[in-house]
This record gives sequence, structure tokens and C-alpha cells, in this order.
Amino acid sequence: MSELVLPGEQIHAQHVNLKLGPGLLQLSNVGQDGFIISTRAGELKHSANNSKWWIESNSRRYIPASQESVVGVVIARSGENWRVDIGSAHAANLDGLAFEGATKRNRPNLKVGSVLYARVSLAHKDMEPELECFDAQTRKAEGFGELKGGFLVRCSLKMSRLLLDPTHFLLPLLGSRFPLEAATGLNGRVWVNAKDTRHIIAISRCIEAVDPDGGGLDESGVKKLLGTMDI
Amino acid sequence: MPRPPSPSIPEKEFLFNALKQSLRLDGRQALEMRTPTLTFGPDLGWVECSLGKTRVIAQVDGKMVKPPPERPLEGLITIHSEISPMASTEYEPGRPSDEEVTMTRMLDKVIRRSDAVDKESLCIQAGQRVWHLRLTIHCLADAGNLLDCACLAGIVAFKHFRRPEVEVVGDEVTIHHPSERAPVPLSMHHTPFCLTFAYFPDTSTPPVLDPTHLEQRLSAGLLSVALNAQRELCVVQKAGGVPLDPDEILRVVDVAVIKAKELDKIVEERLKEDFAGRNIEVQ
Repeated sequence: MSELVLPGEQIHAQHVNLKLGPGLLQLSNVGQDGFIISTRAGELKHSANNSKWWIESNSRRYIPASQESVVGVVIARSGENWRVDIGSAHAANLDGLAFEGATKRNRPNLKVGSVLYARVSLAHKDMEPELECFDAQTRKAEGFGELKGGFLVRCSLKMSRLLLDPTHFLLPLLGSRFPLEAATGLNGRVWVNAKDTRHIIAISRCIEAVDPDGGGLDESGVKKLLGTMDI
Repeated sequence: MPRPPSPSIPEKEFLFNALKQSLRLDGRQALEMRTPTLTFGPDLGWVECSLGKTRVIAQVDGKMVKPPPERPLEGLITIHSEISPMASTEYEPGRPSDEEVTMTRMLDKVIRRSDAVDKESLCIQAGQRVWHLRLTIHCLADAGNLLDCACLAGIVAFKHFRRPEVEVVGDEVTIHHPSERAPVPLSMHHTPFCLTFAYFPDTSTPPVLDPTHLEQRLSAGLLSVALNAQRELCVVQKAGGVPLDPDEILRVVDVAVIKAKELDKIVEERLKEDFAGRNIEVQ
């Protein structure tokens, strides 16, 4: 059950332990209980027991939020820090020591143009976002860091959320045909790698075809598309 | 936003590797063009052309003006094209980027200076009144090769446009409304099409036709050839980039001739389909 909402509409959500997800904001009025408005256009969704509410929308422009994993491209070096483009309005800052086991003498060797998988550690709307290349609790790499080789595919934000969903069909379907590696960023970028060039091209074309922006192909459509490719 | 960053190292290396094996990222052949889709609007002279995800709208309208004294017997054609940030985040409003300057100059050469439209037929009264046709190009989305898309949209818009019928009796000029007398097509000498080839730094990599956005950014040179279906060359433009042998250019022109014939067929079919569906004849 979902209704379409526009930005600025008031949402009637009541619960003892109310949690607001993306797209909802609580405004506080002096002397009254705050009321909740939507900040995006999309479908209003809530969990079964009405405690969690959020808005599902699609766009291509990434707005950084804390603790999200993103794929970034290094664009410049400023002193000890790296400036990384994650597709947001401002370039993000990555400390040169924010890697597992990095010390002043032992730094990772990044170049301008390297692709990274990082976690947004700080994101406020008026500041530049900051990134880290290790997991928050364990302080170990856990897959973050530089991504070598492969190819970068751009997609919409909804597609990257679908790719991160373990129940979505696309990556397991492709993985059953040939071995592949993929790192999905929530900023609409997916890094993919496979042994054969044709396989990487097939993954890229399938991601673009299944993207809701580009047609939203379903499983049988993808199987047909793979049949036409020479892999 | 400042200049967009250049493509990342994995994208660059992957593209060059794939092209060495003659594989393109969208599955096309090296010399295969994206099929253009032409959509005509309710007005005559409004056309939207899309090459894959690259989309351009062209619109022609005409009004009567007094001609300049040095050319009293010809009509006027002006082309207005501006790439707004709507096409891509790379373009800034107000400041023409390199691509925009190239596109404006090519559109001028291909459509105006190649005499595609017969300017003398636009004269109504010598020295007094001529038609001033204005072509406006809006770039909606840039997924590579905006230039070819814009040239195609522009020339098809001219072929689609119908001007009101004008009757001159002595000194009196009567413009007939489209509901009284059927509007008249423009008299065109020929239909030029523009085709762009992208060359890459490694000279063993063959050129590709109709580059996508990534291919265009990573190319080391672009060669644009404009010609019509009658094998007549209008423009050959190559601004800097990788040096090419004369044999290579001749080979490219041969490929362009075949593509121009295909494009001509597609355009003629679409125009015929559209006019069959319209009702511009007066009953």
C-alpha cells in the first residue's frame, strides 16, 4: 500500500518509537508536537507495525548521508588528503591515513583517477562530505579501499539500491553465467570486474537495461538480452 | 560546478582495451551508428531527434523582413543553438564550452553555408520583403555526439517546415493563412548529413562512428564529415587531434557515403509517414 507524495506535504505518522527514513523531516513548532513533512517526491512507504516511515524516490544526483558506502574517483591531492568525486554537489575529503594499517610512513599509493570504495563518515548539507576507507566498528578494510582494474558503470540511485538488495535477481543471474566482482556505491556508481572484456560489457549493458530510468527490464528480458550477446 | 573530472583510470584502460578488440561498450560495431528516432511535433517544423540517449529538439519558424541592401534577392536564415546545463552537468550557462563553439560553427557550415535551403526562393518582393527563417536548436540530453544529432534535427526540421503561401500582385502582398491555402514546403537543394568519427591515442585502434559520451571524452581526435546522399561532400572538419593519412580520410569518407544513404532513407520514410497522418491540404 503506497501513496504518491510531493515535497512539502504533511505526513500523518504516529507511533511510540517513530523512525523517519529518507525523504521525511520533522519540523518542530514551539509548544506543540512537531509535524512531519516530506522532502522528496515519491511513494510513501512504512513498515508493518507503522514504526518506520520513508519515501522511495528515484533520482540520479547523489546527496551524501552518513554511513553510506560510495564509489568515488580521486580528482586531486591537497596536502595529505585526497579530494574525491562522489557525484555530490561538493567533492569529498578523504584523509590520507583513513585506511586500514596506514601510518605516516606507510601510506596507500593512490593516483589521480583511482577508483575507491569508501564510507561517508561525515555529511552535512553545508559542509564537504568526508570519507573513510575502513569499517566504523572494526577499523578494518572490509572491502573498502582502492578498486583496481574493472570498469565503472553509472546508474540511477534506485538501481544501486536494488543492486544492494540481496533478493534482487540481476547479480546472481549474471554470476551464474560467469564469475564477476561488483562493488555497488549508493551514489549511482557500480564498479564491476570480470576476466573477459565481453563479460564486463554484458554486465554494463544489463545494468543499464534493468535500471528503472532506462526501461526496467525484468528477469526474462535480461535472459533474452544475454542471449543476443556474444559471451 | 567546475570542469568535470576526466574519466577514472579503470574506465580509460577498459575502454582502450575493449576498442583494441573491436568491442564497444554498448554492443555496437565499430562503424555502426545508433538508429535515429525522429518525432514530429504538432507544429510543422518541430522535430525531436534522438540518437540513443542523446536528444535534440529543432524548431523552424519564419517571418517576413526587409532584406539587407547588399543582398536584396535572397532570404535570411539564422541558426540559434545553445547547450544549456540541461544537456549535461558539464555545461555552464552563459559560457560557451569548446563543444558548443564547434557545434555552432558546424551547424552554420552544414546547414547555412552549404546552401541546403534555396535562399532565392525565399524572396517575396525584391528589396522589400523576404522570408527570415530561424532555426532554434535545444539540446536536451548529451550521451555523446550532440553534433550529429543537432545537424540531423536541424535539416529534418527544414524539410518538415511549411511556410504560408504568399501571393504578390503588383505591389500588393497577400499572405494566405494555412486554413485558406495549403502551406508550401521550402525549396531545398540537397540534404546534408553530418557523421562524426572518433580516433584514439593508440593508432592501431580503428576509429568508431557515432561516439558515446565516454568514447568522446577519451578520444584523441574527432573527424566530422558532412555529405549528402548524392555523394557530394559539404564539410570535412578535423580540429587538431591525432594526425591521419590521406588514405584513412578517403576510407572514412567511403563509410560516410554509405551511412548518409541509409540516413536519407530513414528520414524520407519518417517524413512520408508523418505527412500521411497530417491534414495540411485544404479540402
